[in-house]
Amino acid sequence: MAEDAKQLQPDYAKALKDAAFAALIAFAILLPMVGFKTVQNIHNALVLETRFSWLAAFVAIFAASGFLNSLYLVPWREARARQTKARVPGKISQFLSRRFAPFALGFVIVYPAIALLLAGTGGSLKWIDNFGIQILIYVMLGFGLNIVVGLAGLLDLGYVAFYAVGAYSYALLAKTFGLSFYALLPLAGILAAFWGVLLGFPVLRLRGDYLAIVTMAFGEIIRLVLINWIPVTNGYAGISGVPRPSFFGIPFNASDDGFAATFGLPFSPIYRTIFLYYLILALALLTAFVTLRLRRLPIGRAWEALREDEIACRSLGINTTSTKLTAFAIGAMFAGFAGSFFAARQGFISPESFTFFESATILAIVVLGGMGSQIGVAIAAVVMVGGTEILRDLDFLKQVFGRDFDPAQYRMLLFGFAMVAIMIWKPRGLVSTREPSVFLKERKVISRDLVKEGHG
Amino acid sequence: MTPSAATLLEVEHLTMRFGGLTAVNNLSLTAHYGHVTALIGPNGAGKTTVFNCITGFYKPSEGRMALRHESMTGENVSAADLDLLTRRGERHLRRKDRALYLLERMPEYLVARQARVARTFQNIRLFAGMTVLENLLVAQHNPLMKASGFTFFGVLGLSSYGKAEQAAIEKAQRWLATIGLADRADDPAGELPYGDQRRLEIARAMCTDPVLLCLDEPAAGLNPREKADLADLIRSIRDGHNTAVLLIEHDMSLVMEISDHLVVLDHGVKISEGTAAFVRNDPKVIAAYLGVAEKDVAKVEARIALEAAP
Repeated sequence: MAEDAKQLQPDYAKALKDAAFAALIAFAILLPMVGFKTVQNIHNALVLETRFSWLAAFVAIFAASGFLNSLYLVPWREARARQTKARVPGKISQFLSRRFAPFALGFVIVYPAIALLLAGTGGSLKWIDNFGIQILIYVMLGFGLNIVVGLAGLLDLGYVAFYAVGAYSYALLAKTFGLSFYALLPLAGILAAFWGVLLGFPVLRLRGDYLAIVTMAFGEIIRLVLINWIPVTNGYAGISGVPRPSFFGIPFNASDDGFAATFGLPFSPIYRTIFLYYLILALALLTAFVTLRLRRLPIGRAWEALREDEIACRSLGINTTSTKLTAFAIGAMFAGFAGSFFAARQGFISPESFTFFESATILAIVVLGGMGSQIGVAIAAVVMVGGTEILRDLDFLKQVFGRDFDPAQYRMLLFGFAMVAIMIWKPRGLVSTREPSVFLKERKVISRDLVKEGHG
Repeated sequence: MTPSAATLLEVEHLTMRFGGLTAVNNLSLTAHYGHVTALIGPNGAGKTTVFNCITGFYKPSEGRMALRHESMTGENVSAADLDLLTRRGERHLRRKDRALYLLERMPEYLVARQARVARTFQNIRLFAGMTVLENLLVAQHNPLMKASGFTFFGVLGLSSYGKAEQAAIEKAQRWLATIGLADRADDPAGELPYGDQRRLEIARAMCTDPVLLCLDEPAAGLNPREKADLADLIRSIRDGHNTAVLLIEHDMSLVMEISDHLVVLDHGVKISEGTAAFVRNDPKVIAAYLGVAEKDVAKVEARIALEAAP
């Protein structure tokens, strides 16, 4: 009882000590970085300027956050840590994983209509394209990577390679042979799956960090090949004029055979955008549906068992080689679909779009969403991609921080803060429970504390 | 308990070296259909190494391990076939409903899938984050995989996968009833008490329909009641499922109670073999367990003779 009373009493002395410590560290680090600034004067000579007022402000911020952290955040986290020992899955997790999906699905289906109503034909283009389509591409990539990382527990840092394979497959085959998007979509998926297996073979024996490094290297190899194989890929310049998908044979253009003319509508670029939105929505839902289906089949259970304990899997007669390869291949296939859609939507692709940062973003979406959870991944994609997009538009921040303030420049910083915050609040991702794939009487959710993250 | 039971597993001249260390040296042992064969010995004697060789997790340095699947009428593969297979360099030989496997040539997952040897582990290896029922379904992966048309038809919802899964669930339920966990099927395996986890691991191994079940210290950490239940479970597996049991165990009362045949290992060498009564009184075994040096064995022998006299 005395213990509890002590817990409730805020410890100001300790908080002050922590604040002083934070201030000291901040001062030491920020003195050279913020306290001094080099500028060129009119004679082109470098002079040292001091910015001690800035430095003082920064140190004060760190001291204050150290104080508050020690006073409120640390006790709160300790209390939470004691709670989680009871292994009761959180209510938010349960709601998200069980009841949220129908609402989300309803919303994404009517989303273009809402955007059209609220922003008009001109204004809604941005909302459907930059937000809707962009987010759904990442949702789909997240679903695909979720198979490899979330279910099979294989840490893949080079996932963007398969996205690139899909995009270039579509762009090159469509430009060279004039094949339609609908014929090339499955082909791009198959080619990406083939590369997934090719990558899978050499890394089968690797686990954990080593697997992550090799997959990351594979992603870089693909990107460097795209840059340097100029006769085929046109290097940095990329491939432009990639054919756009048609409305099942009817092109979206201003001609007499075009979509608008055929349906007796005035010409507008919005039709294509809305069509692309529903196309990627269908692809993302297909990915989700197939993944849900696979989870309930023996292969899906074998993936999860592989994540839990590979040796036990082998003792039960499961061929872990082919199980891992199917995970790589199916994950890569969905990235290939997404890649060919990306190429068709942009009309232009270059190696710039397939950097390591993309892989890291997709992986962050999967980890933040909660490995293995579809709805968590979808929410994380909305937050990560939509959040960084929306920061471009926050003009009101200019009124707060002055006219020179450009929120777009700070979006990566805020993005980082958001990630740290989510990882403190929910270390196992937004949806931190696992749904059993089969049940007899009652579908009990499984706390993530029991579920392993996989080790390669 | 039939004395003339057919041979199931014949390990000959098994040697396993790790660099300069010889963990198992020229070991030969035989396990019979319908028998519980126990492998005992002090810590570090190489028992688990033998298990890992038999189940394919280690490739032995030398030796042959022949496993026979007999037909329904009890016919076995002949010795001539064994020689033939050994010379051919193949993994297995199938004659109608009989089959012969050379385990040292097979990777571990094929030992489990084709030769049908199942095992448990010294430190329990359940899929902790999956439910009890899921654990037992993963064990039936291979038949279910076939039923789902290797996933292709399963994804499309074609094929008779639903029926096969229902049958698999019923089989899992039967095993859960056997080990007394019927009402915990939907709980995560990691939440079960230790003794239940041990039994669940045995049930999971049994869901692969093995002809040979290898149990690595199944009684470790169990209380006397749970040990008694375990003995009953092992007996029911031996008698009711046509599955022979190979057992590593340190609990001597349990071993003596349920074993039909014992093999004693010390420092990778077989030092004794026979029935429980024989092994219990073998001076070499007693010396090994008490840590007596080779030259003192005669002394111990004499002492036992003295104690037995009155």
